[in-house]
Amino acid sequence: MILRSLECRFLTIALCDAAEPWQLGSQDAATPMMQGIIDLHHDIFFFLILILVFVSRMLVRALWHFNEQTNPIPQRIVHGTTIEIIRTIFPSVILLFIAIPSFALLYSMDGVLVDPAITIKAIGHQWYRTYEYSDYNSSDEQSLTFDSYTIPEDDPELGQSRLLEVDNRVVVPAKTHLRMIVTPADVPHSWAVPSSGVKCDAVPGRSNLTSISVQREGVYYGQCSEICGTNHAFTPIVVEAVTLKDYADWVSNQLILQTN
Amino acid sequence: MAEKPTIKVETTPGDWRFPSANQTKRCFTCYIEYNKCIEAKGEGSDECTKYAKCYRSLCPGEWIERWKEQRANGTFAGPL
Repeated sequence: MILRSLECRFLTIALCDAAEPWQLGSQDAATPMMQGIIDLHHDIFFFLILILVFVSRMLVRALWHFNEQTNPIPQRIVHGTTIEIIRTIFPSVILLFIAIPSFALLYSMDGVLVDPAITIKAIGHQWYRTYEYSDYNSSDEQSLTFDSYTIPEDDPELGQSRLLEVDNRVVVPAKTHLRMIVTPADVPHSWAVPSSGVKCDAVPGRSNLTSISVQREGVYYGQCSEICGTNHAFTPIVVEAVTLKDYADWVSNQLILQTN
Repeated sequence: MAEKPTIKVETTPGDWRFPSANQTKRCFTCYIEYNKCIEAKGEGSDECTKYAKCYRSLCPGEWIERWKEQRANGTFAGPL
């Protein structure tokens, strides 16, 4: 299993868009947002390793040299202005170097800079999701709406991921700005797709907005991320990103199916 | 087979009055604006289309249904 995981990580060119056994890192980025999150993680890890090495060296060295056998008479230094200034300023500078990219990413994720092309409503239920595409409505009733249930444990076909696959996927166009409206109909849920860097809580009575722009075509898997009851583990999310033309075809086909 | 509808990929634009992640009030406001608009300009007025698009795109279908019911019963909370 570990071998397979390593193989997936290093030997294949297929991108990792679903959770897999023994996974340690993030899934591959499908949106600039997720790319930013991964880059920030790596940036912070640089400082983390630096601090780890430095602190470990200090600690080991102190234990090695200054014990009862090697140094029976302890030194009685209680303060030193220079070292105190250094050890206050230096960590603050490191924190600054972490904070600047962190806030830049946070606000760039939050800000909606361009008008989206599509609005999709993801409505959480116990325990399935309803998706509404209402941009193409001409009345309140006629709306492209469908439910997305998980494929039960004993039912998946060969190649489908256990408890990650759904019967109706959310189809979105790639390289297009999407507006996701996330809300539940009963208890709190969460709409989360790791590859797209989105984890948006669904709070009853409130509709939350999150913007994504999927950069490549593919199928992305996510799971409910807010404990929502007994079948919390059985409410996956599957996003299928297709070309804009295929998306338009899909929508018109769905509209025909719904009207018939 | 039914005529294949042509799809125009377009949605309601952003609104500077509601810049935050919480879009609840925006959906409600659009709903009110639409109903005030059709009251003033008459049903099927072109000027009201943008409000209709806004609330249909942003409000969950369930809310719209509930509000419709409440308005029929006279228990709707908004200024209508």
